[in-house]
Amino acid sequence: MKSDSTIKSLDPRITRADIPKDEELKIEIAPLDQWQTYEVFHQTKKGDHHVHVGSLHAPNPEIAFLSAKEQYARRGKCVNIWVVKTADIFSTDYETEDMYENNSEKMYREAGGYKVMEKINKYKKEHKKPEAAKNEEVKS
Amino acid sequence: MSNGEQHTTAIKNLLFRMADDELIIGHRNSEWTGLGPILEEDIAFSSMAQDKLGHAQALYNILHSMGEPDADTLAFTRNEKNFYCCHFVEYPIRDYDFSLMRHFLFDTAEAIRFDMLTKSSCQPLANLAKKVRGEIKYHTMHANIWISQLGKATDESNIRMQAALNECYPLALGIFEKSDYENELMESGVFDGEELLQKVWTDIVTEVIEKSNLKMPDINDANLSTLAFGGRKGYHTEYLQPLLDEMTEVYSIDPSAEW
Repeated sequence: MKSDSTIKSLDPRITRADIPKDEELKIEIAPLDQWQTYEVFHQTKKGDHHVHVGSLHAPNPEIAFLSAKEQYARRGKCVNIWVVKTADIFSTDYETEDMYENNSEKMYREAGGYKVMEKINKYKKEHKKPEAAKNEEVKS
Repeated sequence: MSNGEQHTTAIKNLLFRMADDELIIGHRNSEWTGLGPILEEDIAFSSMAQDKLGHAQALYNILHSMGEPDADTLAFTRNEKNFYCCHFVEYPIRDYDFSLMRHFLFDTAEAIRFDMLTKSSCQPLANLAKKVRGEIKYHTMHANIWISQLGKATDESNIRMQAALNECYPLALGIFEKSDYENELMESGVFDGEELLQKVWTDIVTEVIEKSNLKMPDINDANLSTLAFGGRKGYHTEYLQPLLDEMTEVYSIDPSAEW
């Protein structure tokens, strides 16, 4: 019996799978066909600040509003929504992150840097209501 | 039947028609959950479907307060003969164009109906109508914006929306099928009637459709036999009973199950 030089598998999983050779396996990945993103800000009470709550995909501001309502305002109170194209937001670079760091020797510029608790406690003691002062005496 | 009994029967009939519409379209629209065209729209559509189920429950609760069984029993134990929804809500979801057009035509009618009912002499119904107004405002806004977007976007989207409208329109007219209690409801100030509802609906729908570069189907051209009547009297499409069977599967196995 004459045999073929190439062996053909009888396993259907192999014969059916038309697997290309390695060099043919370069799959082109198309760029994502996505709508632009919008950033969503919502306001829980008239007069309050709008707070950033997240982002979403939309083709225009109208649809962004539609989606924003259901994505971010369907639970909890909301009276107003802003949407802003993500591309329209200017932001600083994370490479300049160190710019915002505070040096520990500048503590005097922060509220927590003042040592005033002693003064406050002294003031409180001096200005205690007579009733409270009495209780204090009884306790001691 | 005494006048009082006749009056109660008429109100119950209106409540059943409305509640069954809401339950069935809510269930249908929820079939898009996880399959919506994009994530954001999937969430929005599913959320509105839940709102519909909420409306159904509120309406069944009013029926319950009038001596009918509770909401779950009403929703899960009746067979199709005892359902009074219109055919329009029973149809499968098909493609998103069909579902979106149905959402637009149905919700526009729903919004007008609830608006009319804010003045109803049936106090619980008037209260509910006022309560759901804001919610439905979003539903119609959602529908109007999408109809306009897709009507005006590309040739393909325009053609698909027009085809969906041509198909949906005669079915949508089934929403306004009158019941035997129409006069009683109008005379007692419960509801101003399907005829007025349909008139206002036609005006609003026409306005949105024309602004969206679409054409209103000529109802003389539409095959009149496709006008979907019968739902309000318990005669339904072939799609309703299988839907009810699916919806009540868990309940049928164990009515006391909690989920």
